[in-house]
Amino acid sequence: MKTFGKIYTVLVFVLLYTPILLLMLFSFNSTKNTVHFTGFTLKWYEELFNNGALLQLLLNTLIIAVIASVVATVLGTMAAVGIHKMKKRMQSVILTVTNVPMTNPDIVTGVSLALLFVFIGGMMKNNNVLGFWTLLTAHITFGLPYVILSVLPKIRQMDRNLMDAALDLGCTPLKAFFKVMLPEIMPGVFTGLTMVFTLSLDDFVISYFVYGSGFSTLPIEIYNYTKKPIPPTIYALFTMLFLVILALMIVMNIFQARDERKKANKLAALQG
Amino acid sequence: MANSEIVRLENIHKEFDGETVLDNINLSIRDKEFVTLLGPSGCGKTTTLRIIAGFETPTSGNVFFFDKIINDVPPHKREVNTVFQRYALFPHLNVFENIAFGLRLKKTPEKVIREKVFEMLKLINLNGFAKRNVNSLSGGQQQRVAIARALINSPRMLLLDEPLGALDLKLRKDMQVELKNIQQQMGVTFVYVTHDQEEALSMSDTVVVMDNGVIQQIGTPQDIYNEPQNAFVADFIGESNIIDGVMLDDYLVSIFGYKFKCLDSGFEQKEPVDVVIRPEDIDIVRADSGHLSGVVTNVTFKGVHYEIIVDVKGFKWMIQTTDFHATGDEIGIKLNPDDIHIMKKSEYSGKFGDYSSYSEEYDKLDDATILNDDSESEVID
Repeated sequence: MKTFGKIYTVLVFVLLYTPILLLMLFSFNSTKNTVHFTGFTLKWYEELFNNGALLQLLLNTLIIAVIASVVATVLGTMAAVGIHKMKKRMQSVILTVTNVPMTNPDIVTGVSLALLFVFIGGMMKNNNVLGFWTLLTAHITFGLPYVILSVLPKIRQMDRNLMDAALDLGCTPLKAFFKVMLPEIMPGVFTGLTMVFTLSLDDFVISYFVYGSGFSTLPIEIYNYTKKPIPPTIYALFTMLFLVILALMIVMNIFQARDERKKANKLAALQG
Repeated sequence: MANSEIVRLENIHKEFDGETVLDNINLSIRDKEFVTLLGPSGCGKTTTLRIIAGFETPTSGNVFFFDKIINDVPPHKREVNTVFQRYALFPHLNVFENIAFGLRLKKTPEKVIREKVFEMLKLINLNGFAKRNVNSLSGGQQQRVAIARALINSPRMLLLDEPLGALDLKLRKDMQVELKNIQQQMGVTFVYVTHDQEEALSMSDTVVVMDNGVIQQIGTPQDIYNEPQNAFVADFIGESNIIDGVMLDDYLVSIFGYKFKCLDSGFEQKEPVDVVIRPEDIDIVRADSGHLSGVVTNVTFKGVHYEIIVDVKGFKWMIQTTDFHATGDEIGIKLNPDDIHIMKKSEYSGKFGDYSSYSEEYDKLDDATILNDDSESEVID
């Protein structure tokens, strides 16, 4: 039974990671052949870094992801603090409302946002609204619920008296938030931030409906490649993207592990 | 205790969602006083404390601080500090930074902060703990850090919300002594919230007994114990036998139809009253030589004494005695005039214990002789 379990685990990992490993492998392949590994090369990476258009797209994607995740995190944290202060019934109503966009199919969100943007553009007599700002707004919008979802439990876990203690010792409510609440809920804020960042980085469906000709992102452009053979430069790009996200995940896990160890210590201290 | 008044609560009324939690609270707290708010959970004692601290505002009524109304002054502008029930230390700061928190907000020079924090660490016996993570401390140590964190701001008044509630019994006793010492050393007014009557009696200058959002009695620990105002106070503070009685005249009460001398006066003639007799005041004598006699129905060993339940014609008395009496023994009960305390009838009458079995059987003994009047009694000791 034990060996079966081990085999099963290995199988799962093989299924999960083979495609990515294959992608990485072929990003170093000397020819465009996708069946045989014909020799090691770094030329696709070289080509990638010389491809101005592709790098511009990567930059666009990162700009959107960074701004959207930061703005969504700030707004979402503020919203979570506000929601926490509401009465129980109001809280569940608001939470349901904010959670719906997460379960909503992306395509619905995308189409409705596009409709809204065009509608507002029409009111402002602007036929060309779609572009950087609509893309950014869309990404902030779909990121917001994830931030609330990761921050709110942290606020709820916090000892209610901590904020009172801060006020009692002379903090204004705003100071109390920065000096006491923020350090306490930081792990949740960080989780929210990375979640929005990664979601924004690879979002295609929603972006597809709200991007304009002037400003586009990687996922949208790569979609165009699917109709013709994908050049290995894209493999190189994805390999790097994957590594970046992997690094992010590892950092996030370290944060969470540290947080949990802290909690375990606290529990032990209370019992001891 | 002729010290000046610091805080006064006047006709405080507090509602949460239309439900009254405090009703007509009037309380004056003087400088350097140790005041305890005592009552069962949900009696409004913590809410009272939070109103003084500024976390809650009264629905009506006024809070005075040195004769100035401070109803709407936020907590960070009040010269009082609070020690919370579960310490509420800041987990992301070490012991030093926790204690220094208030001073840092006031932009105190670093040198002064260091001096004061180390002085505090000495006061709470935690020398050498400055760099420690607060989560690595024991409950008692955490509580002492919380006290230091509040006291370092030199508040006029320290509010403590069940500060020892999470500690075990032994530690709690030690901390009670330590707290009392700190209070006397620093000369700070303490307002202390607890549901532990023993804690209240042993530490306080003044005890405020609360129930249902209403102050039941304010007095010294001795007053509260010896002269409870109603059945609630008598029952909550220590054990009590509470018996229906009728006041016949000044210094003369009838219980079970028998007349007893007592030390209370000022009641109407024939006024029904609650009679309190503390279990440790009752003398046990031979069955045929007491004022009343009954059968032991239950014996519990409590260490210092036995707690026995005695059935006297259907009314169950609790008596504390150092002598052992077996279940089924018939014993006599002797009551001295100063063992008997008379209280006015209140909404709490008849609510507590098995203490309300006044029955007609005793009524016919109306003009019986006074049982505990030594001058004319036939009772043999």
